[in-house]
Amino acid sequence: MNASGKTGPLVEVEDLSVNFVTRESNVRAVNGVTFTMMPGEVLCVLGESGSGKSVTMRALMRLLPPKRSVITGKIRVAGEDVLAMSEAALRRMRGATVSMIFQEPMTAFDPVTRVGDQITEVIRLHRGVNQAAARQRALDLFELVRIPSAQQRLDAYPHELSGGLRQRAMIALALSCEPKLLLADEPTTALDATVQIQVLILLRRLQQELGMSVIFVTHDLGVAAEIADRVAVMYAGRVVESGPVRDVLRSPLHPYTAGLLASTVHDQPPGRDLETIPGAPPDMRNLPPGCSFAPRCSLAGDDCRTTTPPAIEAAPGRIARCLRVHAPEAALV
Amino acid sequence: MDTSTTLAPIDARDRGGPRQPLLIVRNLRKHFPIRSGVLGRVSAHVRAVDGVSFTVMKGETLGIVGESGCGKSTVARLLMRLLKPDGGEHIFDGEAVGEAGGISVAEMRRQVQMVFQDSASSLNPRMPVQGSVAFGPIAFGTPRDRALAQARQLLAKVGLDPVLYGGRYPHELSGGQKQRVNVARALALDPRMVILDEAVSALDKSIEAQVLNLLQALRRELQLTYVFISHDLSVVRWISDRVMVMYLGEVVEIGPSNAIYETPKHPYTRALLASRPALDPDNRRLEAPVSGDPPSPINPPSGCRFHTRCPFAEPVCSARAPALGEGDVMAHLAACHMQDAASGHSKAVREIRH
Ligand SMILES: Nc1ncnc2c1ncn2[C@@H]1O[C@H](COP(=O)(O)OP(=O)(O)OP(=O)(O)O)[C@@H](O)[C@H]1O
Ligand SMILES: Nc1ncnc2c1ncn2[C@@H]1O[C@H](COP(=O)(O)OP(=O)(O)OP(=O)(O)O)[C@@H](O)[C@H]1O
Ligand code: SF4
Ligand SMILES: [Mg+2]
Ligand SMILES: [Mg+2]
Repeated sequence: MNASGKTGPLVEVEDLSVNFVTRESNVRAVNGVTFTMMPGEVLCVLGESGSGKSVTMRALMRLLPPKRSVITGKIRVAGEDVLAMSEAALRRMRGATVSMIFQEPMTAFDPVTRVGDQITEVIRLHRGVNQAAARQRALDLFELVRIPSAQQRLDAYPHELSGGLRQRAMIALALSCEPKLLLADEPTTALDATVQIQVLILLRRLQQELGMSVIFVTHDLGVAAEIADRVAVMYAGRVVESGPVRDVLRSPLHPYTAGLLASTVHDQPPGRDLETIPGAPPDMRNLPPGCSFAPRCSLAGDDCRTTTPPAIEAAPGRIARCLRVHAPEAALV
Repeated sequence: MDTSTTLAPIDARDRGGPRQPLLIVRNLRKHFPIRSGVLGRVSAHVRAVDGVSFTVMKGETLGIVGESGCGKSTVARLLMRLLKPDGGEHIFDGEAVGEAGGISVAEMRRQVQMVFQDSASSLNPRMPVQGSVAFGPIAFGTPRDRALAQARQLLAKVGLDPVLYGGRYPHELSGGQKQRVNVARALALDPRMVILDEAVSALDKSIEAQVLNLLQALRRELQLTYVFISHDLSVVRWISDRVMVMYLGEVVEIGPSNAIYETPKHPYTRALLASRPALDPDNRRLEAPVSGDPPSPINPPSGCRFHTRCPFAEPVCSARAPALGEGDVMAHLAACHMQDAASGHSKAVREIRH
């Protein structure tokens, strides 16, 4: 790793756009996403279904179908330009620098091979250690993620593990090469509440012990409150707001974030209507000009329907893309 | 629940009057056989629903919560008779369902409708949505024109302008809009009860609130009775009059919504409530309320099924199954030895004397 990767941000994404081009349509899945992340940070990416969260994660690892997707902008991870990497460099990066866990752990494992053998194999390939050392490391990892009776569980097939254990096994697999950055795409959404909280606490502990950075995709504000240092809220392929988790949850700047907080059911008195955001998210094949949230926004004016809001730093570390949000200096002028 | 103000104008189908529960279920059971080997012999059973009893009053909403796989959807499918129960009683408005002298399954199904989680796949992709809404009434003999006119009224009622949306196909609608169509379709046969199985779970948060408001408004307007199934404890609290908590095919606790959320009795309910993420970054959970995963319903633990994870488990808990007990509809009951003074559990509640 070069020196800049050690001291500067671990991840720098600048004006990232991803278009999926098919014969019938052009899906603008990601439209100019910009964010940076320091080493050891936990960033939660929030947003509605289809807002571009998963596509952004996949772009970071260049896991998008190369023939059908057009990626523009800049992605630097640990100081390296991901969009310029050769296939060989990408293979080295995946697993070693960045690794990913998914919502459905079954997809990460081969169903007909014992989980222990799969993890051992990955460790052997990536680290060039012998079978016995790799096996020992797999066992250590199972213990690290607190799988009970780890030794026996190494011999289990994926379908023999419960949902929670499978998710832990996948985390073990993802950590096997000590990545600097873990991308977690809704890894707890399919889990029971009593198991979800166990996995969140585990991830937080591992992140602190290993000094790893984590980008955690979720649509659940509660999950973000449990695990994030910072949050980025996406709407229609853009980050519309980002900032420290406390600030964003307590005093959201962007009307979409505010609406999301107000409409999330959480101990509102029964018998009274819930607050809602009217309308529906836009069709990504046919984005409106200007601010994509304007058709649903109570603060929207004519300017919002023509001007794409720039990113405004409203307070140190707090960014919002809304024409009604002003930088502190702007108030003085 | 306030049956006096939600009392329906006399419905010709009402048999027992306002005090007669719309639904009574006693000891309902469904065990799915698991076949294995070349001969497909039954080697074990999934005890998906294992002796479930509850009552739903007219005009109320009963919420059902519990972890994935605890049997919520199986209960729903049994109530609709999409599955045949292996045992138990099923009484709709005072009449035994599918029994001689009772109400036929077909007649019961006209009065009970269901909305599922997956809004997309429950609509016919090759039919405009107003056709999907009119489909049931047409099948039951309503003339086509009248059924379509009613369908368009229903679309308006669920907040979809029929001029704009009636002719659209499912793929031309968003998830929330499709779920509104499903609600309209469920209402087309003028049901008395609607079973909502994770009906809002797949929706985005900002859309979920819209559909929940709609469901509440329709319930008031049409005097509906809901069984509302979800794993989202906050949503269930907001919509339900009473709540039933399930674990591994059994009811572990039931009672008025407030009682369940303010003073939960069963250790599993307490763990479930305490596992909800706090919406406050300064009050993060440092420790999980319970460890481990729910065990398999194929070989459920002996005695109390929660004893393998329960912080209060004692020998009596694995030896004997605690009973839920009985009480009136509004009773707050929990199946835990600590709730039974005579169980021998060291933390059992002492008899309360008045
Ligand atoms: N391979 C693909 N080809 C074409 N369009 C795609 C492809 N992958 C994703 N999309 C589209 O890109 C948009 C963003 O998708 P993405 O999966 O990033 O959403 P998301 O924010 O992760 O949503 P969810 O919360 O539902 O997972 C969506 O409109 C989606 O339909
Ligand atoms: N047709 C079937 N054959 C065999 N097992 C089944 C069948 N349907 C359901 N099961 C099993 O019965 C149990 C209860 O399933 P059910 O779908 O009722 O759970 P649930 O509470 O609705 O879960 P979720 O929250 O995931 O929807 C599960 O273990 C499930 O795997
Ligand atoms: S009966 Fe025993 S094991 Fe079951 S919940 Fe009560 S204390 Fe826990
Ligand atoms: Mg996604
Ligand atoms: Mg279900």
